[in-house]
Amino acid sequence: MKTAEEIFKILKDKFGDAVIELKTGVPVESYMTVDPLKIDEVCLFLRDEPELKFDNCMNLSGVDDANGKKEAQPDGTSNIVGGTLSVVYHLESVYLKHKLTLKVSTPRDNPQVKSVAEIWRSADWNEREAYDLFGINFINHPDLRRILMPYDWEAGYPLRKDYKNPEFYQGMKVPY
Amino acid sequence: MSFETNKSIEYKPVVKTEHMVLNMGPQHPSTHGVLRLELELEGEIITRVIPHIGYLHRCFEKHAEAMTYPQVVPYTDRMDYLASMGNEFGYAVAVERLLGIQVPERVEYIRVIMAELQRIASHLVALGTYGADIGAMTPFLFCFRDREMILSLFEMTCGARLLYNYIWVGGLSHDLHPDFVRKTRDFCTYFKPKIKELNDLLTYNKIFIERTANVGVLPLDTAINFGISGPMLRGSGLKWDLRKDDPYSVYHKFDFNIPVGEGKVGTVGDCWDRYWVRVLEMEESLKIIEQALDQLPEGDVTSAIPKRIKPPIGQVYARVENPRGELGYFIMSDGNVNPFRVKVRAPSFVNLGVMDVLCRGHMVADIIAILGSVDIVLGEVDR
Repeated sequence: MKTAEEIFKILKDKFGDAVIELKTGVPVESYMTVDPLKIDEVCLFLRDEPELKFDNCMNLSGVDDANGKKEAQPDGTSNIVGGTLSVVYHLESVYLKHKLTLKVSTPRDNPQVKSVAEIWRSADWNEREAYDLFGINFINHPDLRRILMPYDWEAGYPLRKDYKNPEFYQGMKVPY
Repeated sequence: MSFETNKSIEYKPVVKTEHMVLNMGPQHPSTHGVLRLELELEGEIITRVIPHIGYLHRCFEKHAEAMTYPQVVPYTDRMDYLASMGNEFGYAVAVERLLGIQVPERVEYIRVIMAELQRIASHLVALGTYGADIGAMTPFLFCFRDREMILSLFEMTCGARLLYNYIWVGGLSHDLHPDFVRKTRDFCTYFKPKIKELNDLLTYNKIFIERTANVGVLPLDTAINFGISGPMLRGSGLKWDLRKDDPYSVYHKFDFNIPVGEGKVGTVGDCWDRYWVRVLEMEESLKIIEQALDQLPEGDVTSAIPKRIKPPIGQVYARVENPRGELGYFIMSDGNVNPFRVKVRAPSFVNLGVMDVLCRGHMVADIIAILGSVDIVLGEVDR
């Protein structure tokens, strides 16, 4: 069983700049920020290193940080330009019983994160959900397509903070 | 934007001449809701299963962002609608952890009693419909008769039979009815022999064993890698229960066992094991309820409910053991009265992801047995 500080030190020694910082003092859980294009290497190491052995990805959530610039639109709504989208990973080791939270942030205009679906298969559907609802592109995902929304949904990504309901879906008025 | 059905390398099917694609659902009695399974068949052997979900998608997470913290509670009811008490419990635990508040002891005890009653009710549906799915109609009626008594207990407590809005952040909406303790004890006494009845009727039935033993075997390492939790994980032989392994509320005060699958009539991790774990869990839940009723302290159940819920900037991931597995709430707060982000880690959603692995190489008829043993609730899969 290891604390977040010990794990951070191990990762920092191994990966250097790819592991950015450990944020402590945030209520209620501390988390580690990682480079979105190195997350797969970090995760593979976390899973296979005998003293870490994070064999379970409990949860993977997309987050819209909404930290960009708000641009008002003529119809009274606003768009968010710039800023970041994030993915939060909650890992745990069933055998060693420790937990870890990772976070990656990626630019909102071109969100690219390396997929961990081949490392933990539980991340497969969760990444598809993050792609579906936030439009985060998971590089190397085996089967990246929409999961909860219809396959032909073209009105954007619903959980983004500046999402607007479309007027029509497949010729049908929304809300009907 | 176009979405190809399959652009994977790993999943690419081997095209053969007798290859057949069959749609099971979205309206099929044994998919327990609107789930579509795209089956790829080689004769009667399944080569691949692709679940298509989202027919019940209501975007709970988007709704939650537009509401204050207490207003989210009724919406959590509607996710896993067979275990609403468990959903509220998880949400309350998460927000309380974010706020850093303690709730009175009596509240915790009542929550545990409700959650365990709900677990029995939920397992009764799971077991009853499982029997009905593969041809045994009588146990279904027996299970629903007993579940009805639990629903009456809930109705007595909060006025609703399925969607309760009972467990609030920091407390409960009502105290118990004066008759509740007596009636719950009566139910426990009544229900114990009924488990034996269910075993005689269904569990050791030869036809039932033929249909479920050695079918849909889930090895333990696969289960962990797929993030499987709850009775499915325990059916594969791992003693893992959040009530013991990551204790929340007052579960550390009770004495109960964690049943695991042992391959009693087949292989460890087959459909029968998953079924059997649920039967044993009902007995353990009864034990917890009886202990909680014995120790139930006095107190005010509404005293700790905050007038205004405005958590500090931060995030929390709290999880509870729901009847279907690990129900997790990831809540981010930006210091406002409504949550910045609520992500639900729904156990059914994650458990359904393993369908393809379970079904490959089995017959079409086995899909019904396997899907029933996964025990999904589509309201929670699609949220």
